[in-house]
Amino acid sequence: MGIEGTAEKLGVGIVSDSGEILVNRVKHMKLAEGIHPSEAAQHHAAHLPSLVRQALEEAGLEMRELSLIAFSRGPGLGPCLRVAAVAARTLALKHRLPLLGVNHCVAHIEIGRLTTGAEDPLTVYVSGGNTQVTAFAKGRYRVFGETIDIALGNCIDQFARELGLGMPGGPAVEKLAKKGSYLPLPYVVKGMDLSYSGLLTAALRLAEKESLADVCFSLQETAFAMLVEVAERALVQAEKREVLLAGGVGVNVRLQEMLGEMCSEQGAELLVPPAEVLGDNGAMIAWLGVLSYLAGARQRLEETQVRQRWRTDEVDVLWR
Amino acid sequence: MEVIARGAEAVLYLSDGVVVKHRIRKSYRSPELDEMLRTTRTKREARLLALAKRAGVPAPVVLDVDLEEKKLCMSFIRGEKLSRLVDGMEEEELVRVFTLAGELAGRLHRSGIIHGDLTTANMLLSGKRLHLIDFGLGEVSRSLEAAGTDLLVFRKCVRSTHFNHEELIMDSFLSGYRRSFEQAEQTIERMLGIERRGRYFEHRG
Repeated sequence: MGIEGTAEKLGVGIVSDSGEILVNRVKHMKLAEGIHPSEAAQHHAAHLPSLVRQALEEAGLEMRELSLIAFSRGPGLGPCLRVAAVAARTLALKHRLPLLGVNHCVAHIEIGRLTTGAEDPLTVYVSGGNTQVTAFAKGRYRVFGETIDIALGNCIDQFARELGLGMPGGPAVEKLAKKGSYLPLPYVVKGMDLSYSGLLTAALRLAEKESLADVCFSLQETAFAMLVEVAERALVQAEKREVLLAGGVGVNVRLQEMLGEMCSEQGAELLVPPAEVLGDNGAMIAWLGVLSYLAGARQRLEETQVRQRWRTDEVDVLWR
Repeated sequence: MEVIARGAEAVLYLSDGVVVKHRIRKSYRSPELDEMLRTTRTKREARLLALAKRAGVPAPVVLDVDLEEKKLCMSFIRGEKLSRLVDGMEEEELVRVFTLAGELAGRLHRSGIIHGDLTTANMLLSGKRLHLIDFGLGEVSRSLEAAGTDLLVFRKCVRSTHFNHEELIMDSFLSGYRRSFEQAEQTIERMLGIERRGRYFEHRG
């Protein structure tokens, strides 16, 4: 069983050791505005017990039939991480099950590989809290490019929120963008790293005088082009043949289209996991737990403290 | 006309002994953005290559710029990308080459030139000489922030592709950098600061 709780989504998933997803329940917190970490933590604490029960029921399993409890140890919001960790430790102790805290970003990569069959992809992971371009080399997922300030999803969400388009902002902005045309906005790529905070500020300022459709279009075009450019350069540098999309922003059709075009120009294949596992979910945590455990990873209780800024390239990938 | 390299953003070919770097259209991005990026980067690269040479940094000589076609003509340098050589190098050679790379970076920053994509794929080793190429993401700036970011780009490249020699490469690079740039200490300090502010920096007690 995997428990995901790094941000506003709470997930409980159960996966078999051969990679069959038996159940994958996600509870979305209703957001009127941005994520308030302690409110999100309260939400998780309130809903975790019932979510665990529902997951077991749906899978037709009992607690004692499980063989491992995995949870999202980081990176993420401290209070949320701690709720997931405490719940996971409690379940593990009570039912005498082994416990593993796993890396959320690596879990996105692995569930993507599982569900798409990607063998050795360059992963483009974009969500409300994370933006990273990674590829495997010598035992670790190396970070080729990442955001140096806010995540791509966060940039779009904040834009939408300021303009009263609702949360999460992605779908609203995507819809409006369909009728827009291009206006210049700051395009900031530093080496292979991305900066989205200046783009957000500029887009908000532009929205004061230009049509919302045009600004939404330009925001998406600029933000995605930056990401696709970095992905393309990383693809060439890392010499990979597959691009795996991960994270909630991955459902955006325009982003998929742009990445797809870049891939066909580079002779690579774009792989997009099903929507249920693109965003944060418990199955991905369970699956990474399975992979790590079978590869010999073990943690004592005192080794399961949360890590809010845990880097993807610090995780030893024992299972590859 | 012989294609000598096909990068992510440009095709390089050799024509009458001259390198033509053609920034190709990217169909994934909107045409206006594509046009703007290719024009500014071609223009910038031409300008910064000239400035770099004046700052004492070996780099190709710009012969012609065609902003309509997004083509840059420059002198050909026979050499190999440093990124491809690192794994086969002895420790002594690594120290020598990366001290030199750091020295060149220091010369750039001393002259207010930010490379913008300071990676080993953009360093050509030709005999004993190291040349810097690919200035399209660069800018002219004297700010600590810009120079610090430039250093961080280099450090991240080392971390993602040359992780086996990370420490040796960084130590050599920074010692060369200190040698040629009086404000090296402050800039290195700023690089560390930028990294700490980053989304994924883990504070450990």
